[in-house]
Amino acid sequence: MERSIKHSNDWGEEGVSRRSFLGGASAAAVGSAMCENAPFVGYAAAAESSNAPIIGPDAVPATLRINGVVQSLVVPLQMTLAEVLRGPLGLTGTKIACNRGACSACTVWLDGAPVASCMILAIDVGDRSITTIEGLADGERLHPMQAAFIEHDAMQCGFCTAGLVMSCAALVKGNPDPSPEDVKTAISGHLCRCGTYQNVIAATMAAAKVRKG
Amino acid sequence: MIAAMSTLGSRTERLPIGIAGVSQGQIDREVPASEPPPLAPNADLAVVGKPVPRVGGRAMVTGAARYTVDVRLPGMLIARVLRSPHPHARILSVDASAAERYPGVRAVHVVTALETRAAVRGVTGTPVTFPPALYVGASLAAVAAMTQSIADEAVRLLEVKYEVLPFVVDMDEARRPEAPSVFEGASQQAGAGRAASGSPQVGNVRGPSTTSFYGGPRGNVEQGFREADVIVEAEFRTQVQTHCCLEPHAVVADWRADGLTLYISTQDTAGVRKDVAAAFGLPREKVRVITEFMGGGFGSKLGVGDYVFFAVELSRKAGAPVSLIFDREEEQLTSGNRPGTWQRLRIGARRDGALTAVSLLSYGTAGIAAGAGVGNIAQAMYDCPNFEMAQYDVFMNAGPGCAMRAPGNVQGAFALEQSVDELAERLGVDPIALRDRIDPSAARREERRIGAARFGWSQRRLPVADAGPVKRGVGMAQSFWPGIVQTSASCEVRLQRDGLVEIRSSVQDIGTGIRTVLAQVVAEELGLRPEDVSVRIGDTDFPLGPSSGGSKTTGSITPAARKAAYRVRQALFLAVAPELGAHPEELVVGQGRIFLRANPANGIGFRQAAGRLNKDFISAVAERGDNYGGFRVTSPMSLAREDLGGVQFAEVSVDTETGIVRVARVVAVHDCGRPMNPLQIESQIQGGVLMGVSFALYEDRILDRQTGRMLNADLERYKLVGPREMPSIDVLLIENYQAISATDACGVAEPATIATAAAVANAVYNAVGVRMRNLPMTPASVLEVLGRVPRQELSVP
Repeated sequence: MERSIKHSNDWGEEGVSRRSFLGGASAAAVGSAMCENAPFVGYAAAAESSNAPIIGPDAVPATLRINGVVQSLVVPLQMTLAEVLRGPLGLTGTKIACNRGACSACTVWLDGAPVASCMILAIDVGDRSITTIEGLADGERLHPMQAAFIEHDAMQCGFCTAGLVMSCAALVKGNPDPSPEDVKTAISGHLCRCGTYQNVIAATMAAAKVRKG
Repeated sequence: MIAAMSTLGSRTERLPIGIAGVSQGQIDREVPASEPPPLAPNADLAVVGKPVPRVGGRAMVTGAARYTVDVRLPGMLIARVLRSPHPHARILSVDASAAERYPGVRAVHVVTALETRAAVRGVTGTPVTFPPALYVGASLAAVAAMTQSIADEAVRLLEVKYEVLPFVVDMDEARRPEAPSVFEGASQQAGAGRAASGSPQVGNVRGPSTTSFYGGPRGNVEQGFREADVIVEAEFRTQVQTHCCLEPHAVVADWRADGLTLYISTQDTAGVRKDVAAAFGLPREKVRVITEFMGGGFGSKLGVGDYVFFAVELSRKAGAPVSLIFDREEEQLTSGNRPGTWQRLRIGARRDGALTAVSLLSYGTAGIAAGAGVGNIAQAMYDCPNFEMAQYDVFMNAGPGCAMRAPGNVQGAFALEQSVDELAERLGVDPIALRDRIDPSAARREERRIGAARFGWSQRRLPVADAGPVKRGVGMAQSFWPGIVQTSASCEVRLQRDGLVEIRSSVQDIGTGIRTVLAQVVAEELGLRPEDVSVRIGDTDFPLGPSSGGSKTTGSITPAARKAAYRVRQALFLAVAPELGAHPEELVVGQGRIFLRANPANGIGFRQAAGRLNKDFISAVAERGDNYGGFRVTSPMSLAREDLGGVQFAEVSVDTETGIVRVARVVAVHDCGRPMNPLQIESQIQGGVLMGVSFALYEDRILDRQTGRMLNADLERYKLVGPREMPSIDVLLIENYQAISATDACGVAEPATIATAAAVANAVYNAVGVRMRNLPMTPASVLEVLGRVPRQELSVP
């Protein structure tokens, strides 16, 4: 059963008293039908929403399903999903490193598919379920991909690691027997300055075996 | 607190020395009486030298690890810096009134004095209210506001009147006598640390620097070249590389009446405390610096950037904590870089391979900073009686360079190791055989041997062996790095009565895994498992550890940790000896127990033993101290007796129709004294190789000569090596005991990246028969060198 949390407005942006809402409830409807192609979700939503009521310019109420919890909050229109996760929701495991879709550090799942959360507005998520790195483990029990990353030392400074774990865990969900080339494809949008790619590939292959085994 | 045992007096200890499995023996060294007994070779240890999983790894893979950018404090404001859009301008006025009135703005700070990372020496010229903007991205003012978007807007409301001045952003242009002057006074210099002070300056050119900590010129170079049978001489260029830490530079400053707390992504918590305390006139104990997790630095997070002072000043003014986080463009423009260089290297050798003379001339540019030399590798790696160098800094209107993973030596190795490769060919000997002749290092010799075997070097073919358009080739190169040590590095080990063991030091883990290594060292000393030890580091409330630069963290802090743990162990032995009916010196530890060496059955569990303490906890603080047997070179950076380095082999393919170079595989063989954790060391070496491949083939900061702006100040047009371009990397380690400290450990970060670009270039030569002497080796430059396209002459405005 999903938990539900309502957030008051005493964080970040609406500290400046922008509290009037216009036609806000449409955000969920707008987002729900959109394509999975991560960087373009926001634009696609805008293009197909000509019939939707106009919202903004002030912050709007939104309901986000994050890691199995329904979160109600008020979101400034310009805020990306990554910013909302890291700001009002306090889910700082998702990292922002380039803030323009070039490094994939901010990767989360939308309905199970990896997306760059810096490239989608929070109001465009709609009713798709969001999974962040904080929601990957089963309580204290690590997801096999997390355990494999530790075992294969697939991290150094760790800043890009959460995003890589999310992409690799998504890969083995859909492809239980990935080749090294499959893993390279899955992580080709990720940048790791410490240079952990080889261990990330080893960890992913090992985790896939665990899942199969 | 256990009183420090007398440091007076010394004793002789027999320590392991040499390369395990090859030349390992023992050596007698005088060590201070307070030192612990020698640590056995890794083969005889339980925890040290083993592939222990990374401490903090769980926090990293679950998102729980808290980095500076994740710090949230009640009432925290967000800061933004106003940066110059002009490469060179006088600042006539700054009107902050509109910004100050903007709702949600809580403080504005306008820069009225130079707040650079290094002291500005010898400023001449008339005093000005505002320092001039010397590059695009130079900081002019900073604003703290309730949200990021308010801060961003407020910065746009700052009204600055500029007098735009002529500028230069090309090193060759900047060297010309008629080039616009970067600094108003000839003697004004911003130093990035390694350039000698007091050098002459003419126009934008400062120097030459003719010495390093290995000394100055030696022998008679002219005579040496006369004695040479073969002379190779060539010019090389390397581009500007930026650090691209995934975690941007970030600080949270919390100024309170009772003291200042800084959360900061830094490689040197202790240094930040010292510099910030000095800048704000605070006693050091009133400044606390905390770095919990840190998302990469590579040299760019040593020293205190001006943004740190802005955050502190804004917090002081606003009476609230202030968070200042660079965006990616600021990272690229202003957070530091590896200086670009031009060098001419001339090497003479006799027919038997012996070097007779080495002469090096270099010009480098660190933008508005100095320290753009090409290191000491040509001076110190190989035996040669006659040596001279002249290294010049060239100022231009670009962001300041700073230390970047093996500063200087990466650029220097690119020239030296290609020249030695060329020399071997001219002498008609294998490059490995030539190095066996001229390289005094026993470690390198063994690394060449086992690396060549693993790589299949004997299969190496003559240049241009492939007939088709895609040509394969192999090459090798070496790295060399001084073992640097911070003798003051300190660490505390505490044992509580409930059995909790805690390590405390301000040393920071920048991703290299020192948390894990500290846990291993202390666990080994106390007979525990690493997971039994709690590591609390990255906080200046604890004893001051080393900065993490120069590959010195492991070699500096682990001996201190072992010494402290040893003293705690001795105190614990004293406490339990009567109960076991033994003298303390008859006791040993292992597998979580304390027991009699002669009768292992007679013992007590570690936790139980801790319960026998007659106080809540016992503690020992220890300092690293000098190397056993002293240092090879005495300087503020004490240098180890032995060298540190590695040998790398690369296989490439070059498509002679597209110009695309691919690195297929790399074998990297390295030494770092006693390897403490092979799992983490291999990771770090893989990273060094990848950074080297990235430097060799992709990365390039491009400045527009028309506007002075960086054209690729992001992570999509500034190309880093990614998973698709990654070679397979095979890492081999040797255990190279040097008998220098209580752990005999050294770092590996820098040697891991020094040789790569040269090894790739030598492999490209082996593939296509022409030398790539300019970096990066882009498809365009490869086609140009192959004569497939005409040489590009850039038109100079």
